[in-house]
Amino acid sequence: MIASDERSAILLTLQLSAVTTVILLVIGTIIAWWLARTRSRWKGPVGAVVALPLVLPPTVLGFYLLITLGPNGPVGQFTQAIGLGLLPFTFAGLVVGSVIYSLPFVVQPLQNAFEAIGERPLEAAATLRSSPLDRFFTVVLPMAKSGYLSAAVLGFAHTMGEFGVVLMLGGNIPGKTRVISVQIYNHVEALEYAQAHRLAGGMLLFSFLVLLAMYTLNPTGRRS
Amino acid sequence: MNQVHARFQVDYPDFSLSVDLHLPGRGVTALFGPSGSGKTTCLRALAGLESTRDTAVSVNGVVWQDDARGLSLPTHQRPVGYVFQDGGLFEHMSVQRNLEYGMRRVPAPERRVSLGQVVDLLGIAPLLGRKPGTLSGGERQRVSIARALAVSPAILLMDEPLAGLDAKRKNEILPYLERLHDDLEIPVIYVSHALDEVARLADHLVLLEEGRVVASGNALDLLTRLDLPLSHGDFAGALVLATVSGHDAEYHLTRVDFSGEGLWLACHPVATGQQLRIRIQARDVSITLEKQTGTSILNILPATVAALSEDGPGQVMVVLQVGDTRLLARLTQKSVTALNLTVGTPVYAQIKGVAVLR
Repeated sequence: MIASDERSAILLTLQLSAVTTVILLVIGTIIAWWLARTRSRWKGPVGAVVALPLVLPPTVLGFYLLITLGPNGPVGQFTQAIGLGLLPFTFAGLVVGSVIYSLPFVVQPLQNAFEAIGERPLEAAATLRSSPLDRFFTVVLPMAKSGYLSAAVLGFAHTMGEFGVVLMLGGNIPGKTRVISVQIYNHVEALEYAQAHRLAGGMLLFSFLVLLAMYTLNPTGRRS
Repeated sequence: MNQVHARFQVDYPDFSLSVDLHLPGRGVTALFGPSGSGKTTCLRALAGLESTRDTAVSVNGVVWQDDARGLSLPTHQRPVGYVFQDGGLFEHMSVQRNLEYGMRRVPAPERRVSLGQVVDLLGIAPLLGRKPGTLSGGERQRVSIARALAVSPAILLMDEPLAGLDAKRKNEILPYLERLHDDLEIPVIYVSHALDEVARLADHLVLLEEGRVVASGNALDLLTRLDLPLSHGDFAGALVLATVSGHDAEYHLTRVDFSGEGLWLACHPVATGQQLRIRIQARDVSITLEKQTGTSILNILPATVAALSEDGPGQVMVVLQVGDTRLLARLTQKSVTALNLTVGTPVYAQIKGVAVLR
């Protein structure tokens, strides 16, 4: 029923979103923890940089990533030097772009969750012989559970909906960088409205169901 | 060696604290002072929760921190029991799991108490299955105290555990705190700004004001020192340790002795030979030059005026020496002049009210 290039676009999109979400939960935890706890004067600038993808046009983000990761960019030269080759127009390049693009959607719920926990439970745990890592896993993680759920859902869903960055950085290579949003664009360009409808409608339904699940199962997630 | 030593300095833009405390290695020490005097900061510094400088902390011979040697144990390696003002319970765990949290992290050979013992001591067996969110303020604090004791601490630090509770809840917890006082072999540092709690619980007293130690010593002595704020105002009074010497069944009275003198109390059902801590408020003591007869007052003790100090307009606080015990009497300036009271005047103290604290 579903054409093979549709299926490969859907699989690629899910794969990209999953990998990106996992990476983001790790990186996001570190950044959000630092932002929630620090009294450094760098808190403001770092918070602003993390939030930039919220307001920048994705094409701007994609453009700079293309240059930075490209053959003459600093990161591009580095990846070439260590034998990774160039990231643009590869799946790995898409992951890097998506991680940056969806970063605020993961960092902000986590930061809110960490801030809501406050110092007290951590201090109490410390007086109960709990080491810093132990405290993270036994106090912070369970108390920030709803924050993690929101972060994972938003990070995943937002990465699925990515278009501008993908187009700039990944191009339109079937099976490699052609994700659903790009495929929809292709269909519309080719005036294949029926196919475009199927994919677009699917995305709409999926996004709605995911958010519905999040808001029903996890009422506190609304705050983030 | 058998003592708690805590020396440190804290410098904040709007607050500085500098203390050097030598506290007894057993019994209850109260850190007493108005809010903002640095009581809680002292407690946090002992636990390693506050960044301080020039710090030296040792508890009964074990050094926890010595900045001069670059030594500082992180909080989780200090054998403290800490009771936070708000309880600090883990809301995502049941009461039982809260209690087990610290206990499980103490190596088995170092455990000196069982979960059952702390549960019994604080009377929280019916609460074990509940979540902290469903507990009353008083119940939360009892769980918090039990959780702190479950780690077999070398010292128990309590930060105003009764603040924010109404009188009824306070009275629900105080008996447990008194049991701690009697049963525990470890020092307890108790932060409070409520004189009634201090009078009931403290053996040793540290007075703090604006980050400085104003006085540190035996609670009984400090409460009657006229140079300190505790011996002034409407609630001033002396603490007396007295021994029960008998009961009068016919009149429902209990006889206690201290400093070679005796007092009658409303019947208090404890065995002869037991020690009671009683409080005699300054406003309940009046003075006569000759021993009155034909009076309804039961308790009249021979005393000597040891000191006098003005206590508000027209009022004088008088320290009375009864054997080796000191009482306070609050009189009007007019009476002091009329009786010609000076240091050394032999008098009779008429005591109208005695409160048994424990």
